[in-house]
Amino acid sequence: MKIEGKKKIWAEYQKEIADDHFFYVRSCIRQSFFPGSEQFFLSFMRNELGKDFYENPSHTTCTGIGYHSDIVPFSTIMTVIARHFALMKEAGYKNIAISCVTSFGIYTEIIETWKQFPEELEKTREYLYKATGREFDLPESMAHTSDIIYKFRKEIAARAKNPLINKQTGEPLNIVEHIGCHYSKMFPKYGVGGAEFPNVLGGMIKTWGGNVVDYPERRHCCGFGFRQYIVQANRGYSLSNTARKFSSMKPFKPDMVLTNCPGCTMFMDKWQYTIKEMEGTVYGENGESIPVLTYEELAGLVLGYDPWELGLQFHMVQSEPLLKKMGVEFNPDTKYRTRDGRQMPIPENLINA
Amino acid sequence: MPEMDSKVVIVGGGAAGMEAAGQLARAGYLVTLIEKEHTTGGHIRNWYHLFPDRRDSLEVISYLEKEISHNKITLITGTTVSGLERNNGAIILKTAEGTEITADAVVLSTGFDLFRSEKKEEYGYGIYDNVISSADLEVMFREGEIKRHNGDAPAKIGFVHCVGSRDEKAGNLYCSKLCCVTAVKQAMEIKERISDAKVFCFYMDMRMGGAHYEELYRESQEKYGINYIRGKVSEVSESINNKLIVKVEDTLVGRPLRMELDMLVLMAGMEMRESAINLAKASGLSTGENRFFSVADQHFGSNKSNIQGVFYAGTCTAPLNITETISHARGAVIDVIEYLKTRKN
Repeated sequence: MKIEGKKKIWAEYQKEIADDHFFYVRSCIRQSFFPGSEQFFLSFMRNELGKDFYENPSHTTCTGIGYHSDIVPFSTIMTVIARHFALMKEAGYKNIAISCVTSFGIYTEIIETWKQFPEELEKTREYLYKATGREFDLPESMAHTSDIIYKFRKEIAARAKNPLINKQTGEPLNIVEHIGCHYSKMFPKYGVGGAEFPNVLGGMIKTWGGNVVDYPERRHCCGFGFRQYIVQANRGYSLSNTARKFSSMKPFKPDMVLTNCPGCTMFMDKWQYTIKEMEGTVYGENGESIPVLTYEELAGLVLGYDPWELGLQFHMVQSEPLLKKMGVEFNPDTKYRTRDGRQMPIPENLINA
Repeated sequence: MPEMDSKVVIVGGGAAGMEAAGQLARAGYLVTLIEKEHTTGGHIRNWYHLFPDRRDSLEVISYLEKEISHNKITLITGTTVSGLERNNGAIILKTAEGTEITADAVVLSTGFDLFRSEKKEEYGYGIYDNVISSADLEVMFREGEIKRHNGDAPAKIGFVHCVGSRDEKAGNLYCSKLCCVTAVKQAMEIKERISDAKVFCFYMDMRMGGAHYEELYRESQEKYGINYIRGKVSEVSESINNKLIVKVEDTLVGRPLRMELDMLVLMAGMEMRESAINLAKASGLSTGENRFFSVADQHFGSNKSNIQGVFYAGTCTAPLNITETISHARGAVIDVIEYLKTRKN
């Protein structure tokens, strides 16, 4: 494999990522499944890098899950997104930072629709004005929050306490990077590095000392896929896609999987539990499963944050094997304690714990 | 000016330009042949055997070199023409180096660029060691050895047709016309060198539109056992043992396929040469949707441009094979002579 070839492709997919002053839009599900991720992101950006990230409490779901399930019509979701842009305009912001890949895909699809079909933009302006009296501008720049971590990856590396090195062997950790389909597969120009050989997560991994695993099913769906999962009868299909992906990466002995999409993190994490329960198969070494982390969680570990503050204990596949390899200090006794010291219930059947 | 003292400048020293130069010189005209590379011959020089009769390309080069070996031909190499304009009945050509050359008539035979296979990112050309282009394979044929990056002979080889052709995403809706038959020829040549190799061609349609092409296609199946799978490759990746994993749909069976191959050959299509696109923009020469030069009339003026005294020869107008290119160049010569005989300043 020639890295020079990849670099040529990456050079063609460099996107402008704003440096400061973002209108931040949260994900619907990330706060439940990875409760430390968005919190870490905002805290790090605001307190350590001194960046301005504004949140508006009137921001709502983008309705992307409803849209992809054929419940929310396109004209409706365009108006919902237009309302978010109106909130951004009213707050005086021009750069949008989107936490969710599904939302990011929705925003890119709608903006591209408006570029190609200006009459849709005019209709949406009318719908929003009639419904709310609001007006909006299109953002000057639009970034997924993984783009922003990518942009500041060197600043993180400069503060790194736990680089992506196996402290027992001194070797770089082998890390699978998985990009959410809606990040760049629809519109490669919106993704750092494009769609075929994206570099948004790979760039973080390399900068922080790790090794990116390039395996045959690298591009394959994580197994989420709205129609595969939301329609209950299709869930076996969802599961089989995840199994295919993990079977393909297994020979490369990855130490962890890094993702930038809520659905991908959730399904690659939770389906490992399901597959293990169904047939006893695990995909990591030593009978363990492979931890699946968000880019904020990984950045937090690299920076030396407490893994329980990052919320790693709320994953199905526990991260202790990875923490030991990285040499991250952690206290098992505080894993399921609240900040004021109360003991929370300890989940049963945790993997890797 | 007496007509026989007229000076014709030919831009592009590939098959079309060389043939036109030779024909015009023998007809008595002063010819200046300008080639941007340091040698003439164009793409043919990089090819090994030609379809459909497997002639060694050096024979064609040898013929063309004899064509331009004439005392009325001045050859200028290493020079790029960047623009031209008509002025008082003459054509003034400007070179990238800033010099000007005056001509009574101009033949543009700027040829084509091979589609840059790395633009089809999903195939991993330039990234995966054993993904090569049809042009790379010709170099291997010339050097005498077909081998993988690690030096081993490949046992399973795939050919991907229509790389950069008939592809809206690549911006090329047209058929490059020569890639199908080139794949057939190359597949047979591989089987001749590695007899137990398994060879698969992944095609959209087999376009065997030239003399003896269909026969070659049949022979490749009957005598050589080449497997033709109707389907477009969707993605290529690499396994842990450096084999290529190819995903393709077999549209005749209606099933997706996942194959492990040792080598994948991308049949790169033909595109308008980039320098010729710039020349067209700088000179007001019309180009078509496919970016090749637009000819004045598809049936009766395929050598004529929209500028009086400027003519086209060869693959700067459309994908053509060598036979067609030579014929097209001869057609340009007839138009040039007629123009010079009848023109009024």
